[in-house]
Amino acid sequence: MKILVAIKRVVDHNVRIRVRPDGTGVETSGVRMSMNPFCKHAVEAAVQLSEAGHGDEVVVVSIGPRTANDVILTALAMGAHRGILIETDAELETLAISKLLAKVVAEENPDIVLLGKQAVDDDSNHVGQMLAALTSRPQATFASEIKVVGQALEVVREVDSGRETLSLPLPAIVTADLRLNTPRNAALPMVMKARSKPLAVRPAAEFGIDLVPRLKIEKISPPPERMAGKTVATVADLAAFIAADVSDMEAL
Amino acid sequence: MSVLVLADHGLGALSPATARVVGAVSTLGPVDILVVAENPAAIAQSASALAGVAKVLTAKGSSLADGLEALLETLTVRYRYVASSAGSLGKDVMPRLAAKLDLMPVTDVIAIHGPNSFDRPIYAGNAVQTVTDNQPRHILTIRASAFRPAATGNAAPIEALDGTVVSAASLIATHRTESDTPDLATAQIVVGGGVALGSAENFQLIESLAKKLGAAIGATRAAVDAGYAPNDWQVGQTGKIIAPDLYIAIGISGALQHLAGIQGAKKIVAINTDAEAPLVKLADMALIGDLFEIIPQLLAELDKAGLKR
Repeated sequence: MKILVAIKRVVDHNVRIRVRPDGTGVETSGVRMSMNPFCKHAVEAAVQLSEAGHGDEVVVVSIGPRTANDVILTALAMGAHRGILIETDAELETLAISKLLAKVVAEENPDIVLLGKQAVDDDSNHVGQMLAALTSRPQATFASEIKVVGQALEVVREVDSGRETLSLPLPAIVTADLRLNTPRNAALPMVMKARSKPLAVRPAAEFGIDLVPRLKIEKISPPPERMAGKTVATVADLAAFIAADVSDMEAL
Repeated sequence: MSVLVLADHGLGALSPATARVVGAVSTLGPVDILVVAENPAAIAQSASALAGVAKVLTAKGSSLADGLEALLETLTVRYRYVASSAGSLGKDVMPRLAAKLDLMPVTDVIAIHGPNSFDRPIYAGNAVQTVTDNQPRHILTIRASAFRPAATGNAAPIEALDGTVVSAASLIATHRTESDTPDLATAQIVVGGGVALGSAENFQLIESLAKKLGAAIGATRAAVDAGYAPNDWQVGQTGKIIAPDLYIAIGISGALQHLAGIQGAKKIVAINTDAEAPLVKLADMALIGDLFEIIPQLLAELDKAGLKR
């Protein structure tokens, strides 16, 4: 069985981002970058499936500038076998990303494609679902548990009302949620070994996909700021504040 | 210029998010609502009562993404917009539908400026993107908590579609969190608890305060990871996004990812031992102290204040 994992390099999730004053975007130069946390859960899930005998090969693919090689190396150090970087300096929309990934799926023909459920920069939560449509495969998004059962996957999904379990015939697409696993920190020997694993760099133009954005971003603004608040000294004062606020509320 | 809204529902009832989606998109044109369920009749009745709804369409079947994609693809030709709430159903289905139609969706919309101009948050709500969508059709998900619900009193006609919705995947189990508290994503008051509660038993303190206030219950990712609260109570960038009139955060320091989920709250109250916690700094009103002493006293004081909900 072959597993493909798509990963994204993003501004590290612990960085407090700054919106550029001219409204053109978010400051990313000189900011710490790392693998999107959800993608790490996807890589970990793929490596665990492989270690359990369900994946002969785990291939990771990322789309971005040459520097995105570092997140592929992280995935290779975690235990993936081979990497592909689709190189582009353009900011691509999720639709273009999904079309590029669909080409990779056509080439590699993986049984399982794993992705993070969303990237913490654009918060889109699109690509797994779009790739599933473009490759006509069933999908299970927001996975917190994945089991291989014969020629199918059983996936527990986190949904608005709790959890649900789906059975998906393979080949299938799964997007990872945070409670799927605890991603490993690769030990130094694995980090060294990762450098000798195959990593193909291919220009995005090679895939013959129209990468022009469909949406026009007019501006990027900071959210409205909240006024600094007050502190009360006693529980009675707090109760009075809450009671007054509740009595002011319009009834639904 | 008509709009098709995919209804959200659970336990055979229309979810409150759908009324807010209709409230949001009715500025774009007359709204038809699609209800897909094993037993759509009662849900369709509630949907037909919403103001701005021209027609309710029903189909029998499961709400799995590939089946819904196929049904929506056939219906979409009649509409300029296809929208749903940005809950787990809409997030699952709408990007899939968009890709099938070769469209780029606009998701998690928090403001509609005109027929093709929308705001959506990025970077956990720390920036807001204003986009113009000049595609021939618009696939949207709407952040329900950012909009007022549509009024009721309408009686739109209900029309059953032929055939059933089928999926390559199958639903083999559901694990629903049993709770009689209001829907978290649309609640007017939310009481949230953090990892400082220390156990699932102690988390009942949060539940008792929520019950007193008629509030929904929220939790941080750390509290859910620790098993103190079920996953569908998680509030934050990757959980539910809430915008209540009042959010009471108890024992929550305020990680960036949690703050992302509560930025829309009108008023925030924090109870925390740490006066320097980010959430205490952000709150309209804070009380510094031990939550285990404060909550029982607060329950008693609220009784004394004659609070009724």
